[in-house]
Amino acid sequence: MKELLEGSMAVAEIIKRCKPGVISAYPITPQTHIVEGLAQIVADGQLNAQFVNVESEHSAASVVLGAVATGVRAYTATSSQGLFYMAEVLYNIAGMRLPVIMTTAARAISAPINIWNDHQDAVSLRDSGWIQFHAEDIQEVVDLHLIAYKLGEDKSIMLPVMVCMDGFILTHGLETVDMPTQEQVDKFLPPYKPPYKLDVENPLTLGPLVDPEYYMEARYALNETHKEALALIPKLTAEFSKVFGRTYNGLVEGYQLKDAEKVIVAMGSVCGTIKEVIDELRVKGKKVGLLKVTSLRPFPVDEIYTALKNIPKVAVIDRALSLGSFAPLHVEVKAVFSGKTKKPQSINSFVVGLGGRDITKDSIKEIFRLMNGKEKGIEFIDLKPELLKENYD
Amino acid sequence: MTETLFAPGHTACAGCGQSMAARLVLDAAGPNTIIVNNTGCLEVFSTKYPESSWRVPFIHSLFENAAAVASGVESAIKYLGKADSINIIAQGGDGSSADIGLQALSGMLERGHNILYVCYDNEAYMNTGVQRSGLTPFDTNTTTSPAGASSLGNLRPKKPMPEITNAHGIPYVATASSGFAQDLQRKVKKALSIKGPKYIQVHVPCPLGWRHETNLTLVVAKLAVETGLYPLIEYEFGLLSNRRQITPKPVEEYLKLQGRFKHLLNKPEELKKIQEIADNNIKKYGLKVEAQQA
Repeated sequence: MKELLEGSMAVAEIIKRCKPGVISAYPITPQTHIVEGLAQIVADGQLNAQFVNVESEHSAASVVLGAVATGVRAYTATSSQGLFYMAEVLYNIAGMRLPVIMTTAARAISAPINIWNDHQDAVSLRDSGWIQFHAEDIQEVVDLHLIAYKLGEDKSIMLPVMVCMDGFILTHGLETVDMPTQEQVDKFLPPYKPPYKLDVENPLTLGPLVDPEYYMEARYALNETHKEALALIPKLTAEFSKVFGRTYNGLVEGYQLKDAEKVIVAMGSVCGTIKEVIDELRVKGKKVGLLKVTSLRPFPVDEIYTALKNIPKVAVIDRALSLGSFAPLHVEVKAVFSGKTKKPQSINSFVVGLGGRDITKDSIKEIFRLMNGKEKGIEFIDLKPELLKENYD
Repeated sequence: MTETLFAPGHTACAGCGQSMAARLVLDAAGPNTIIVNNTGCLEVFSTKYPESSWRVPFIHSLFENAAAVASGVESAIKYLGKADSINIIAQGGDGSSADIGLQALSGMLERGHNILYVCYDNEAYMNTGVQRSGLTPFDTNTTTSPAGASSLGNLRPKKPMPEITNAHGIPYVATASSGFAQDLQRKVKKALSIKGPKYIQVHVPCPLGWRHETNLTLVVAKLAVETGLYPLIEYEFGLLSNRRQITPKPVEEYLKLQGRFKHLLNKPEELKKIQEIADNNIKKYGLKVEAQQA
């Protein structure tokens, strides 16, 4: 059924249909509407779940860890500082192979404190072991949560999954959403039946001390599972398509790539703006395109190689920094082509929209204009040079 | 020997008070129990992969989050409709309970989860090598509160965790000691018979950190209680309901067995201060046998 929904309410509605038994969260802008929505859904008796209001994000992540370890599906959501406060627990959840599903309302990191959207929070957690999806619009946010549960809880995967949606732009934006019915969701997503759990009938020790004899294999296995997830994600999205009629690749999505000479690589809601610019420039005969990265982890190396190997000029948009080094997504796209003979002539790096600075169509056009075949360091778009001339004398 | 739920063969030090107390706690709780453990000595010496001492479901996540993980376990158990048949015990050392994990513990108590929290109090960060914690006693020589030419050791008295937890309005708070096994087990059983959050703090000597002979663990534990330095008390629904009464012994009898207090033994002024701490406890909780008869 198609409904006009705020992004956060759309998430609450799809989570309701996924039937988690335990929900735990701590308020942080711009995640709040999601958990407020779920709290009301539970209060109204529409979902049989334990809603645990905790004293911090660290405990929110710990509560869902405990719930999933007990064999019950769980859900949490956070943003920015909250995600960082969870970070220790998030690494632990992945290492313990517990398929917690969470929404990250992507937001800038302090200091300076800033509640608006960029990707610094989520991207900084890329090494945590979580599968990390980035959604372009609210429909994709909804659908990726369903795929997240199915993927994370697959017995061959058993990994947590983070669905990132751009703060405010998607959490507070309104969109007509084709909300899956409960029957469709039940058909696609079976109840959670984990291969291991805390059970007095079958006592297990979870989270033991692992010494150098065994540790490396546990971490190696995690990394291997990410590769398996790369293979499973397109299968699940194909299955998803059969039930819901919407088609995703789940790893990357190309837009106007076929004859493109200039292609931007990006994640999240900015992809919508880029597509609009592409449509305008195509009318003028410019051969431009987009490669949207949906799955930052696992990183779809082969798909990116195949999509970009014949593109002469590539630019990667980052909405985060790795301070003191290359931009995070850019360096990984570059790494895809390391040692390859077929590769773009140039892969440029652009940083845009930090801390919620608007990324306009002009910002995107400027990037296409700057893709002149010569690689440079990071180029910041829409930077205000006048603000950099502070005089402290 | 009847089979214990906490299997022998673990790697605890000789004379470890915590391993004794953990076994007593679990055996009192019985097999329908899930243990959620903070990082610390207990988790390290009992779960070295691929072995485990735990014959009940056991989970360890991080240093400071056992109370929160247990809250998730309890919520899941409630969701599954098994809340009446399964005990949930969250546990950790003094550092992970009273310092870094206090926030998570406070949240667990405030939310009213049906969980027993057990703090094994060996009065310092023993797993990392005897650094002081919020529960290290006054004047204790630890590696981060060393005695020296211008220091007599730890500057502050123990954080009053029984009162802090009791102030949350929870139904049951108790202190116990590995030196009084039956008393400890009675308190665990009593706690588990009460719905809601419960807190038991167990005094557990650490021969390595306290620097006493490994065969003196129980003697040292008992003396802590018998001097009034570690009062055994119970609060039920906020009110002091019980205390173990003693014929107080001088604190020096307790202190002189332990290297961590050795620097105080020729300092009567300091001994007097520690005797005052014991005396205040005796007065505050009515620990003296005569006091009750009067």
